[in-house]
Amino acid sequence: MGLISNGTTIFDAGALDSGVAKGAMTFIKKLTADGSGTTLSFVHGSSNVVLDSTYKEYVFIFKDIHHSQADRNLNFNLSTDSGSNYNVAKTTTFFYATHGEDDGGGAIEYRTGTDLAQGTGVQPMMQGIKGDNDSSGAGYMHLFNPGSTTFVKHFLCNNVLMQDNTLVQNTYIGGYGNTTSAIDAIQFSVNSGNIDAGTICLYGIS
Amino acid sequence: MGLISNGTTLLDAGALDSGVATGAMTLIKTLTASSSGTLSFVDGSASVVLDGTYKEYIFKFFDIHPATDDVEFQFNGSSDSGSNYNVAKTTTAFNAYHNEADSSTNVGYRPFEDLAQGTGFQGFQDNYGADNDQSGVGTLHLFNPSNTTFVKHFISRSSNYHNADYAIDCYVAGYFNTTSAIDAIQFKFASGNIDAGTIKLYGIK
Repeated sequence: MGLISNGTTIFDAGALDSGVAKGAMTFIKKLTADGSGTTLSFVHGSSNVVLDSTYKEYVFIFKDIHHSQADRNLNFNLSTDSGSNYNVAKTTTFFYATHGEDDGGGAIEYRTGTDLAQGTGVQPMMQGIKGDNDSSGAGYMHLFNPGSTTFVKHFLCNNVLMQDNTLVQNTYIGGYGNTTSAIDAIQFSVNSGNIDAGTICLYGIS
Repeated sequence: MGLISNGTTLLDAGALDSGVATGAMTLIKTLTASSSGTLSFVDGSASVVLDGTYKEYIFKFFDIHPATDDVEFQFNGSSDSGSNYNVAKTTTAFNAYHNEADSSTNVGYRPFEDLAQGTGFQGFQDNYGADNDQSGVGTLHLFNPSNTTFVKHFISRSSNYHNADYAIDCYVAGYFNTTSAIDAIQFKFASGNIDAGTIKLYGIK
């Protein structure tokens, strides 16, 4: 049964009709780390993930990313073959601000060791997360128009975390996947050991 | 009375069923300043939700205008429903600026605006001017404030009209260093009232 009001279909087939105005930010998928794996992957067409030209912008939000081991990075990489390979060439910038709980280390710094120049390996996005029980990282990443087959694929990322030497770290990463193939999967990984806890949610922006 | 379509509940008890796909960003509360000393969002008060309902909250600031010249806009968190705004925070602060005369530019760390386990208010929008056309805007993300295992992270970026006629772009991030839930946030100027402006609170599913 549907619901029609003043000639306009509001509900049909168990859902709001596509013509009804909703928010422009649509929740797509949530992945939760449980300590059993080293990666969390969003692959278009798998497990209800949408990561194609349906949206022109995708947002990943990270909450309480936690490793039980000290000094671990959260990284990401991109795929053009539905996750068979995560090895897209990327050119990126990476800088962060840090400040210690002991009031030391206040600085802003470009990190030449963690940017990429056409590198196909993983891009660090949270560097040196502390392994204490209450330590974690959070933030977000914007991926623009991954379904384009004309332009490179830009991304912007901003995270905050408790760094291994009890600093707060505020990271800014920007860059592009240097490919005109569509990006159809993204993988988040830890540099060593498992991702013990945390969630990553994927949203599409209409 | 409910409404069931194709076996799926769409409306029940006067509201959309939680299973109906809607937008992921929900406006929770709008506060408008009018010569206000503070603006506070307290979970459970005045229809404010600031608990485990959402895993991320976003505060957006529109045309914040001070009553006093050369003042800093600040925030603090509470873990006792707003009785005290004094949660320990470790933060970073940096900004970029450029003046209208085109004679001064910089990007740099702000060692006097960060906190190292400080319980006072965190400045996150610097040196507001109080001329009639001067104001500031910005965004503050607060992640998972109700979590009782981890610290509570936040990220802010703002742009405001500096009292010496600069555009100033402020970046502040850090964590409330507590495993207690954060259930209230308060905003104020370091001195004087919030003469005008709007703060909106959103929840992200």
